[in-house]
Amino acid sequence: MTSIGTGYDLSNSVFSPDGRNFQVEYAVKAVENGGTAIGIRCKDGVVLAAEKIVTSKLLKPGANKKIATVDRHVGIVSAGLVPDGRHFVSRARDEASSWRGVYKGPIPTSALANRLGSYVQAYTLYSSVRPFGITAILGGWDSEAEAPVDGQVGNGPDSGAGGKIQGAKAGGPGLWMIEPSGLYWGYYGAATGKGRQAAKAELEKLNLSSGELSLVDAVKEAARIIYVAHEDSKDKEFELEMTWISSLDGPTKGKHEEVPKDLLEEAEKAAKKALEGEVEEEEGTKASATEDQQMEE
Amino acid sequence: MEHFPEAWGRPRNDIYGPYDHSYLQTTGPKAHTQSPAVTGTSVIGVKFNGGVAIASDNLASYGSLARFTDVKRLRVFGDSAIVGFGGDVSDMQHIDRLLNSIDIRENYSSDGNLLNAKNLHTYLSKVFYKRRSEFNPLWNHILVAGFDGDGKPFLSSADLLGTTFSAPHLATGFGAHLAIPILRRLFPEDTPLENISKEQAVEALRECIKVLWYRDARSLDKFSIATVTKDGIEVKEDEKVEAQSWAFAETIRGYGAQVN
Amino acid sequence: MVGHGVTGVLGEDGIHVDMNHLKKGEVNLGTSIMAINFKDGVILGADSRTTTGAYIANRVTDKLTQVHDTIWCCRSGSAADTQAVADIVSYHLNMYGIQNNEAPTTQVAAALFQELCYENKDALSAGIIIAGYDKRHGGQVYSIPLGGSLHKQAYAIGGSGSTYIYGYCDAHWQEGMTEEEGVNFVRNALSEAIKWDGSSGGVIRMVVLTAKGAVRHLYLPDTGYTGPGVTR
Repeated sequence: MTSIGTGYDLSNSVFSPDGRNFQVEYAVKAVENGGTAIGIRCKDGVVLAAEKIVTSKLLKPGANKKIATVDRHVGIVSAGLVPDGRHFVSRARDEASSWRGVYKGPIPTSALANRLGSYVQAYTLYSSVRPFGITAILGGWDSEAEAPVDGQVGNGPDSGAGGKIQGAKAGGPGLWMIEPSGLYWGYYGAATGKGRQAAKAELEKLNLSSGELSLVDAVKEAARIIYVAHEDSKDKEFELEMTWISSLDGPTKGKHEEVPKDLLEEAEKAAKKALEGEVEEEEGTKASATEDQQMEE
Repeated sequence: MEHFPEAWGRPRNDIYGPYDHSYLQTTGPKAHTQSPAVTGTSVIGVKFNGGVAIASDNLASYGSLARFTDVKRLRVFGDSAIVGFGGDVSDMQHIDRLLNSIDIRENYSSDGNLLNAKNLHTYLSKVFYKRRSEFNPLWNHILVAGFDGDGKPFLSSADLLGTTFSAPHLATGFGAHLAIPILRRLFPEDTPLENISKEQAVEALRECIKVLWYRDARSLDKFSIATVTKDGIEVKEDEKVEAQSWAFAETIRGYGAQVN
Repeated sequence: MVGHGVTGVLGEDGIHVDMNHLKKGEVNLGTSIMAINFKDGVILGADSRTTTGAYIANRVTDKLTQVHDTIWCCRSGSAADTQAVADIVSYHLNMYGIQNNEAPTTQVAAALFQELCYENKDALSAGIIIAGYDKRHGGQVYSIPLGGSLHKQAYAIGGSGSTYIYGYCDAHWQEGMTEEEGVNFVRNALSEAIKWDGSSGGVIRMVVLTAKGAVRHLYLPDTGYTGPGVTR
């Protein structure tokens, strides 16, 4: 990404001779300057976390949330241009509510990611618009229970449905990241914004695909990772914001909610402590490696 | 050659006379639902010290046919309001989904400043009034139970015309005729709320449901009963009318002068 | 459009076509339909009579309509209305399957049927029973009567003939029946409905929906509805 546009960067919907859309690449630059945002997917839920840089002492602490609720079971956090993020969330809410309007039930996270991916991609096609200056992380929980139709009356047979295949996989966690190009993938752990490199390195160490990390531990890891990612911009003050969505038998009962204050404070305290520990033990690689192994047990 | 395509395929004017276009008129009065199809009967509610109790049976009738016997007509909104529905079940489901979407929108922000029962009642009454003004009413009579903005017990009704009413005890449908006199006798209207316990209120509603089962031909002996208090909402949806009085039928013989 | 009792009157002011009269003479599924849950899935059943007033317009009608692989419905009311509704739902379910890389659930089908029946209640006369099988939920039965409300049921009966068999069904219904017991239940119930309802008659058709897919059954009146049974 060293070359300059040489005129091919002035308009969306114009390719450069080597097949690049510069406007999209510049949008990615906007994202890379934004506060770090991460998502962790574990077996029993999803955690979203954001580093909110305090840009003014005049702003009320805890106000102006970065993580938004889209539907009961879905949340979105984004890095990049804040107004673009707000518009993106507004679109996500419309999509979720329109799905409910037609199908009388919650939108599957994968379907929402698909619709939002298509929406963002459309903003790379026309000269009259600019691409989204955000990368969004979408986390959700698709209910594992028998889904009622919204507004349903009646229960069916007392003994339950006939021929139901026991243990058939249904529902579960979903974590998706949507980039300015409209590209989206499903992730075990996702990171974007200024501290994404450090955050990704930390996420990889968690060995998330093994499905061994519990949701509460993921909350603590998320807090720690945001603190680690903030190391490079230490001069700036920030607030840690975290939300989670658990399985139906978990703490949030399938709903996207803020992490409770006491757990958030506990996680934040542990994060600060872990960071101090690393600094104290100069060659902290060994110390943190053993710590990670403990987490993986 | 007829050059106007809209006239093609029509009976020939020279034989049948000019076509009467009024039959293709698209403007004019629009007819809408003027009667409900699948219906629920009474909903009854009483305020008590620290909350509100509300009850309705589990029947959805199809005319006089007791067609669906497992229809829960008390719908919970958020964590501090209940809406009890009488009237058309399809419209109830429509409103239930409306409430669902409001609840989702309410929870976009996490400031905890949510709609209370009073707000909800105001909103729903306006929905009813709007629809009746479009000559397309939502065929329901509802009770809303919960708390007002000051945290005081709240109970109000709204009907298909947007009419609203409020009282310490309320009932819709047959209940308005049968249950209200009973509730007025049990809890005269000058009774301070502090003198009515939750247990008394619930027991009164059970008694009213029983009388409705005796005297409302569109009622059922299976019912739901719920209370809203500061501790939250408690709903029981599979209750049965108990301790009924029928045995005295043995002493009734003939219809007048007959003695055995 | 009021006050025109007859069709196609030639008046001085031209020809009158009474739309209400057309609606009245419509082909009607004065019907007996039902769907039940059983141990391994669901069974749908229907008679085969379609009438225009007292005239039997079709004596071998198929009122069991597939809207997706293992989601079917029983139609009652206006043949035209219910066919149109089923066609629209079928289209949407196919689109759902393609767009979401996943077969729609019975709930999705029921929700789509309800939306059409509720929003167009003034124009439709349709009573529909939806029954489907999916791996996640197993068999499910939903009923949408005239006003467009949606009811999840253990078993559902519908159409003009159903009024005669409320007692039979309530008395003989058991949960968790075997396939054979289920088929017998539906067959006995429908044969009673056919016996007492003049607007129901002809053969009994059934569809059995399980993890294995859809299997059609047929029972003929001249054999006392004993066979031939499984067809195709």
